[in-house]
Amino acid sequence: MANKIGRVPVREQDPKVRATNFEEVCYGYNVDEAMLEATRCLHCKNPRCVGACPVGIKIPEFIEKVKDGDFAAAAAVIAEDSSLPAICGRVCPQETQCEGSCILGIKGESVAIGKLERFVADWTREQGKAPAAAIAPSNGKKVAIIGSGPSGLACAADLAKLGYDVTIFEALHRPGGVLEYGIPEFRLPKDKVVAAEIEAVKALGVKIELDVIIGRTVTIDSLMDEEGFEAVFVGSGAGLPRFMGIPGENANGVFSANEFLTRNNLMKAFRPDYLTPIHAGKQCVVVGGGNVAMDAARTALRLGAETTIVYRRTEVELPARKEEVHHAHEEGVEFKMLTNPVEVLADEKGWVRAIKCIKMELGEPDASGRRSPIPIEGSEFEIPCDTVIMALGTSPNPLIAQTTGGLETNRRGCLVADEHGATTRPGIFAGGDAVTGAATVILAMGAGRKAAAAIHEYLSAK
Amino acid sequence: MYKIIQKEMLTPNICRMVVEAPRLAAAAKPGQFLIVRADEKGERIPLTISDFDVEKGTVTIVTQPIGASTQDIVAFEEGESFADVVGPLGNPSEFIEMSPEQLAASHFIFIAGGVGTAPVYPQAKWLHAHGAKVDVIIGAKTASLLIYKEEMAAVCDHLHLCTDDGSEGFHGMVTALLEKLVNDGNQYTQAVAIGPMIMMKFTTLTAKKLGLPIVVSLNTLMVDGTGMCGACRVTVAGKTRFACVEGPEFNGYDVDFDEAMRRQCQYRTEETEARENHVCKIGRG
Ligand SMILES: Cc1cc2nc3c(=O)[nH]c(=O)nc-3n(C[C@H](O)[C@H](O)[C@H](O)COP(=O)(O)OP(=O)(O)OC[C@H]3O[C@@H](n4cnc5c(N)ncnc54)[C@H](O)[C@@H]3O)c2cc1C
Ligand SMILES: Cc1cc2nc3c(=O)[nH]c(=O)nc-3n(C[C@H](O)[C@H](O)[C@H](O)COP(=O)(O)OP(=O)(O)OC[C@H]3O[C@@H](n4cnc5c(N)ncnc54)[C@H](O)[C@@H]3O)c2cc1C
Ligand code: SF4
Ligand code: SF4
Ligand code: FES
Repeated sequence: MANKIGRVPVREQDPKVRATNFEEVCYGYNVDEAMLEATRCLHCKNPRCVGACPVGIKIPEFIEKVKDGDFAAAAAVIAEDSSLPAICGRVCPQETQCEGSCILGIKGESVAIGKLERFVADWTREQGKAPAAAIAPSNGKKVAIIGSGPSGLACAADLAKLGYDVTIFEALHRPGGVLEYGIPEFRLPKDKVVAAEIEAVKALGVKIELDVIIGRTVTIDSLMDEEGFEAVFVGSGAGLPRFMGIPGENANGVFSANEFLTRNNLMKAFRPDYLTPIHAGKQCVVVGGGNVAMDAARTALRLGAETTIVYRRTEVELPARKEEVHHAHEEGVEFKMLTNPVEVLADEKGWVRAIKCIKMELGEPDASGRRSPIPIEGSEFEIPCDTVIMALGTSPNPLIAQTTGGLETNRRGCLVADEHGATTRPGIFAGGDAVTGAATVILAMGAGRKAAAAIHEYLSAK
Repeated sequence: MYKIIQKEMLTPNICRMVVEAPRLAAAAKPGQFLIVRADEKGERIPLTISDFDVEKGTVTIVTQPIGASTQDIVAFEEGESFADVVGPLGNPSEFIEMSPEQLAASHFIFIAGGVGTAPVYPQAKWLHAHGAKVDVIIGAKTASLLIYKEEMAAVCDHLHLCTDDGSEGFHGMVTALLEKLVNDGNQYTQAVAIGPMIMMKFTTLTAKKLGLPIVVSLNTLMVDGTGMCGACRVTVAGKTRFACVEGPEFNGYDVDFDEAMRRQCQYRTEETEARENHVCKIGRG
């Protein structure tokens, strides 16, 4: 019955129009669309979707409330497990998580769980009906949070609700981590969504000190020994860009995706009233296949460049969210798969004029089951371009580990922490990309919440 | 926060400001820099910490307006506040790790060009206070552009001035004066050059010819200053290094100055547009 109707399509900006602006691509469901989509859920007894959500949101329960039109109740169900639904509903890789396991997806189309979650969060925010959080009376204990990305925000929110005196220290001039500097406006609106989530965390009594670089401005030791913080959560992310190490990479016009996206998102280079310069060029090549590569390519396109993504495996292996790949295609980004750069070629003034690539083929599956790409000898060719953006992944910044005694890191530079976030030094906890390496918003948020519970246990026993 | 306590023009084109930033002042060391964002719509501009006062909780910056953002910074008046001041960034100068014996045995020669004179000051001051011998060369196009004469004289053994037009001190470039001082028999153990990239390049060539080790402080383009963007990358001894976290000071012999100068101009087209279209709205109430 209910599932006789197909997945309710979501309204989006026309690809031709949105390729020239930075407004949000997806409009999301309205009340009628959301209630209709909610009727598709079978309310499985053993819902596979819940097991596939990293934080175990009670998906059939909240969808049931949506179906009944009781959106505030739906929000309350979600709030038990997630503190950032408006964000996760927009950026989770649903196809490999909740929706990827939905029973309806086996024969047809899965329930649009992400879109429903987003609808509930947007509706409650717009109606001013966000679930009221119970805040325990102050216990006078101070906890420091390093980094204001999703892991730090989630950890701070939970601790504040438990009555702790929480301060977030952030290196940049705006809070939000990757949500602010990495993911573009057209996917995650800054004022409407990100700032609103941060305001909600502040409303719990959390203080945010911007422009403080832990390890430079102050150290963790001085926070604990001199400023009276009894525990610390490190949610400093994985912000260091990788380059390929190929000849010509320091030519003018070669940028890391981090530089390009930070200029555009954090420093609003796309807006004429900001001073930030940005160089997208006329023909831009983006190297990589993850969300970062898609975001960089679609940003360059919006800034007026003809844009090509170069990736060494095939489209099937692209690690980016499916929706973003689809949107990039629609907007006119060109995809050159099974292609790997070997050299950046510069003109006589030192500016990029082309990128020399080699064709690849997929070999035998490696230990992880992924088929590794192998270069095809003699297949080198050039792609003319005046901008190259490297989106090859990131690793954690070593600054905190270097300036804090007793904090162990593994060989990838990630902080060592157990499943509750406890590091190798008592009183210091960690989570998110700083521990896992570049991962996802929902995993970072989940790690922040687990660490908050562990910090509460640690400080209650003290 | 980040209130401007004091402002003064050192020359018609170089401005000194003392800014409130207590956490930063308490942590600052010679050789480090900070980043200023004048207002909500401004760029993040790296500037060397020219002095710091832990008790007052202030840092001193010396700015030469060359583009839209530095113009906005110097348009701020006493009593107004910057949106952001963050730091200290970069590594402190290596000499702060030297033992008292090593310091007593060393003789530094600083070569300061233009606005680069201000960053030399905290280094000379520190070395002088810790028992090293310190000589300083300050060079500028003409006498009216020489800054920090009295301040520097108070923290070094010998102060040498030079101007391109001969209007004050030695007539000629800093490189010629350095060569003369060495030929006159001064036995320096370490040179440090801070100034425009082109001046650091030629000073390094001169130092190499004289067999003098030299450290330079690279003023590359920067965005975050924490290792996150790679805008500041330079080739040093054949390897790519991030000037903001691995520098800003490097062994001059190893720096690829030609690449560094080329990379500094990456946004010239965009910057020129910004400057031409820019109506400075800041600091006028
Ligand atoms: C361009 C881009 C697109 C992405 N798209 C998606 C997506 O679609 N879906 C998805 O799920 N995930 C996506 N991700 C990944 C996701 O954003 C991250 O996994 C997540 O943000 C990690 O959260 P975090 O809290 O661990 O760290 P971050 O979000 O990285 O935040 C860390 C914060 O700590 C601050 N910090 C670092 N060092 C210090 C210090 N020493 N002192 C003070 N502060 C410090 C940083 O400035 C930063 O603000 C994307 C990432 C990028 C870069
Ligand atoms: C570690 C460090 C310390 C510094 N210390 C000082 C200081 O103490 N006082 C000071 O006045 N300046 C200092 N600088 C330089 C200062 O940051 C630049 O002058 C400033 O970023 C220029 O910004 P703008 O928008 O005003 O000019 P822009 O419009 O960006 O630039 C105008 C012109 O200057 C060139 N240019 C851009 N950046 C630089 C640069 N970093 N150096 C030289 N030329 C450049 C451009 O190619 C352009 O043609 C320092 C830089 C670094 C990295
Ligand atoms: S948080 Fe992410 S994985 Fe979990 S239900 Fe929401 S969209 Fe799906
Ligand atoms: S698996 Fe699909 S149909 Fe079943 S409860 Fe989850 S969302 Fe509903
Ligand atoms: S300024 Fe961004 S990495 Fe150095």
